[in-house]
Amino acid sequence: MIEMIDVYKSYPNGVNALNGINIKIEPGEFVYIVGPSGSGKTTFIKMMYREEKPTSGAVLINGKDVASYKNSKIPLLRRNMGVIFQDYKLLTNLNVYENVAYSLLVTEETRTRMKRRVMDVLELVGLKHKIRMKPQELSGGEQQRVSIARSIVRNPKLVIADEPTGNLDPETSIGILKLFEEINALGTTIVMATHNKDLVNNFRHRVIAIENGEIVRDEVKGEYGYDI
Amino acid sequence: MIFKSLFYHFKESWKNLFRNAWMTFASVSSVAMTLLILGGFIVMTMNLNYITQGVENKVEIRVHIDRTAEKDEVTAMRSKLEHVKNVKSVEFSSKDDELELMRESWGKNSSVLDMFEQNNPLHDVYVVKLVNPQDVEKAAKDIESIDFVDKLQYGKGFVNNLFNVTRIGRYVGIGLIVGLIFTTIFLISNTIKITIIARRREIEIMRLVGATNAFIRWPFFLEGIWLGTLGAAIPIGILSLAYYYLYTNVVERLNVQFLQLLPPNPFLYQLAGILIGIGSIIGVLASLMSIRKFLKV
Repeated sequence: MIEMIDVYKSYPNGVNALNGINIKIEPGEFVYIVGPSGSGKTTFIKMMYREEKPTSGAVLINGKDVASYKNSKIPLLRRNMGVIFQDYKLLTNLNVYENVAYSLLVTEETRTRMKRRVMDVLELVGLKHKIRMKPQELSGGEQQRVSIARSIVRNPKLVIADEPTGNLDPETSIGILKLFEEINALGTTIVMATHNKDLVNNFRHRVIAIENGEIVRDEVKGEYGYDI
Repeated sequence: MIFKSLFYHFKESWKNLFRNAWMTFASVSSVAMTLLILGGFIVMTMNLNYITQGVENKVEIRVHIDRTAEKDEVTAMRSKLEHVKNVKSVEFSSKDDELELMRESWGKNSSVLDMFEQNNPLHDVYVVKLVNPQDVEKAAKDIESIDFVDKLQYGKGFVNNLFNVTRIGRYVGIGLIVGLIFTTIFLISNTIKITIIARRREIEIMRLVGATNAFIRWPFFLEGIWLGTLGAAIPIGILSLAYYYLYTNVVERLNVQFLQLLPPNPFLYQLAGILIGIGSIIGVLASLMSIRKFLKV
């Protein structure tokens, strides 16, 4: 599914974010990316959805090197994955239904198929009864559920999440993680960068630890391994 | 494929105008203000042109033929006149024709002229029209040197002064219009840039869910057209009403001979077309210009 070969990334300001990453993630895996702040987790994640290009090395998604993609090809790559962020990235002037349907709009889905699909995922995330509400009328956890619904509405094989529980209380965070596990159970690969020690330790999955742009640990059913 | 989403973009761009009502108001009023000034200048320049053309068409040199000239010498004179540079046409008008013309222009008082019927003191005349009336002075000099020319009549100083004034008017008008178009593009692109900064999040999300650049651009492109067209509608209304009033009330009542304005139909329709055209073009240019940097193209 995902393979990084000798990936280096240095930013114009001289920061070396990634220093020779070699990793392979198989289809259907659930992977935590952990590490201290500024260790390169976000850059690692950005490589996968081609928000950043490596300075050298290859990033293979389904066998294709996305680093060599032309800019015009990026939309096609992103249509086959879902991306989730700490700040939800919802459009405040659209309601719940419209926010989720937004993702199908760009691929010009028919209206009936769109409606069926959006209602299906909203049921999965437990927000079917709030489709007419605006994001600001929802709690943080509910907003993140809308964002998750949007990311999976196109049935992607890969969901990438950068600190999805960063703004949520522990109880809500557990709810979100369980939702990810449900999605994972349906066969979708999940890659999740997180600082949430309790989640990583209580819901055991593969853990990849990054420090100073290098992979320092890669364990099946690993632990968080840091104090905070 | 594109047509299915075109309807969406259409609806979306229209909705966005209302979502960002204040920005829309700002953009539309800045377009309206500049197009109002621009339209005012267009009205002025085009009318100045029209007036100048009217005067140009009236410019003629009346060549008075010496009374001593024989018939064949008068005929020879014609061909000489026709060979002078810049001459468009030469027409003969006998002294009797001239008297008749004078009678017409004197109207009621023309009976005074009856006494000249037997002994006409006027000259036979060649009426010379020019290709380029602005060079009347030069043509007059050339004609003066021809044999049997008694004197020339062409409103010497007046014509020259008028042409100078209108020439300067034309250049100043064109210069101002070009300058204003640039200012307007700059203004609108700035206002749309603010709209885009306000909607940066939306663009970011569009890119995240896999929208192509063309898809992202469409609503902004249409929005530019709306802003430009709406902005043009206001000055079109104001200018049309003002012009119509000026035309029907002031000019027609004054009835000054050479102060003829362009008739409102079709001029006002042309003006509306020009303003809508300029408005939507600058709207589109401005929106494309300002969205470029957000697309990483």
